Amino acid sequence: MNEMKFKVLELLKEDARRSPELIATMLDKPQEEVEQAIAEMEQDHVIVKYAPVINWSKVDDQKVTALIEVQITPERGRGFEGIAERIYLYPEVKTVYLMSGAYDLLVEVEGRTLNEVASFVSSKLSTIDSVLSTKTFFILKKYKQDGIIFEEKEGDQRLLVTP
Amino acid sequence: MTISSKTPSPSEPSVRRSMSDYLSPSARAIKPSGIRRFFDLANSRKDVITLGVGEPDFVTPWHVRDACVASLEAGKTQYTSNAGTPELRGAIGQYLNDSFGVAYDPAKEILVTVGGSEAIDLALRALISPGDEILVPEPSYISYSPITTLSGGVAVGVETFAEHAFKLQADTLRAAITPRSKILILSYPSNPTGGIMTYEDWLPIAKVVEEHDLVVISDEIYAELTYGSKHVSFASMPGMKDRTILVSGFSKAFAMTGWRIGYACGHPELIGTMLKIHQYTVMCASNMAQVAALEALTNGMEEMYRMMESYNQRRRLVVKGLRDIGLQCHEPQGAFYAFPSIASTGLSSEEFAERLVQEHGVAAVPGNVFGLGGEGHLRCSYATSVTQLNEALDRMGAFVHKIR
Repeated sequence: MNEMKFKVLELLKEDARRSPELIATMLDKPQEEVEQAIAEMEQDHVIVKYAPVINWSKVDDQKVTALIEVQITPERGRGFEGIAERIYLYPEVKTVYLMSGAYDLLVEVEGRTLNEVASFVSSKLSTIDSVLSTKTFFILKKYKQDGIIFEEKEGDQRLLVTP
Repeated sequence: MTISSKTPSPSEPSVRRSMSDYLSPSARAIKPSGIRRFFDLANSRKDVITLGVGEPDFVTPWHVRDACVASLEAGKTQYTSNAGTPELRGAIGQYLNDSFGVAYDPAKEILVTVGGSEAIDLALRALISPGDEILVPEPSYISYSPITTLSGGVAVGVETFAEHAFKLQADTLRAAITPRSKILILSYPSNPTGGIMTYEDWLPIAKVVEEHDLVVISDEIYAELTYGSKHVSFASMPGMKDRTILVSGFSKAFAMTGWRIGYACGHPELIGTMLKIHQYTVMCASNMAQVAALEALTNGMEEMYRMMESYNQRRRLVVKGLRDIGLQCHEPQGAFYAFPSIASTGLSSEEFAERLVQEHGVAAVPGNVFGLGGEGHLRCSYATSVTQLNEALDRMGAFVHKIR
């Protein structure tokens, strides 16, 4: 990946609503070049989606999120791919990572209540044939996600005008 | 305190002197900074976006703060040696050599100070005899003239101009020199103009300095914040090292303004004299802040470059934005200020800045407070978030449109 694309990604990562025009100014590049770069990255699925980062704890309709360590038996010929897919296709599942270490998949599951998540684990996840074991950890509070701190303690603390 | 000796005896009528009679003439002579008024104006409104801040919008990187916390836990709460810890002086020497090609002996030629400001004060106090003239290229940072006055010197402004991108010109400098001229204060990259000096720009200045046997105080606090070309230290110019006091610090590049750590480097005799004043006035710079500064130099370069890149992006945004509004703006190549001309609006700097904050809620500093050549300009700091900058530019655009 060229350096310009990388810088475009960094600027979009900070704020996905930045226009190609603004990014072009900030990087001192022609606007068409930036538009082209963004289009290419969208096509190549480097940029997968533009979605807001939401602090759901501020929303009335609160959600319960759990991280689940899942141990599985890999399938002959397909390894973890098939089973990972069977898991991530559930809409309740928000994230699936293949992990090194003591377990195989780390699965993030979201539900409206503790019970809903628990029942998803017992009825959907654990019952899959190749799943050997699950360990469920409920998330109590999110401090930071994808490099973004959810509750910045203080805003700009500088004096308004200084020499 | 000698007030008691002035107390009239009981037989005399008691005529008390007013407090101002006690004040030293030189302290009375200096005026309060014109920036203060704009601080009050900005504070009187709620929704103000400020382009008036002379410091980074980044908080000091966490690893630097963490090093300070660890030093406190380890009980590093004592004085350090007057000149600063040997570790920090060593690291500063290494850094200056690596980054700007100037070699100083940490044992005799480097002094750690309470911010770059103290270093400038020490240098002036160590050098000035009453009546000496100190040449100050302007528009300039607001402290040089008052500190000069306090030391009994006479500050002489040397104007720089937008059409030269606020670079100091040898002929203007020469024209300001008299037999009393002793010190030249250089401050590039420049606050407030964003002007820089390249090797080629320095050559004729170095010649004038040599011809007139001047001592130079080179305030290079913004050295790391140059865009497009690497900073050239005046001390690195041929023959200039021994007659230059290089002043710098951690405030701007490492986002460490509140820590108050700066340094001065120069001829051992001069640094020795400054050290003498320093040890009687402040003893030493804060121990824990020195630990933090050492951490910044040791492990903070990558983070520093990241911040610099971010200023550069915002610099382009602001310069284009100001020009789109219809204000002339020279290309600032250093620090984090744009210094557009507002002369085309027909308002003075003060009027423009005052109405801008009162009617549109954008605070910026009028150019006239920075001395000669500042009138007709506005200092706009771009060390503020992109969202805020865009909003500030929109509001400024509306204001300029309204008054044209």
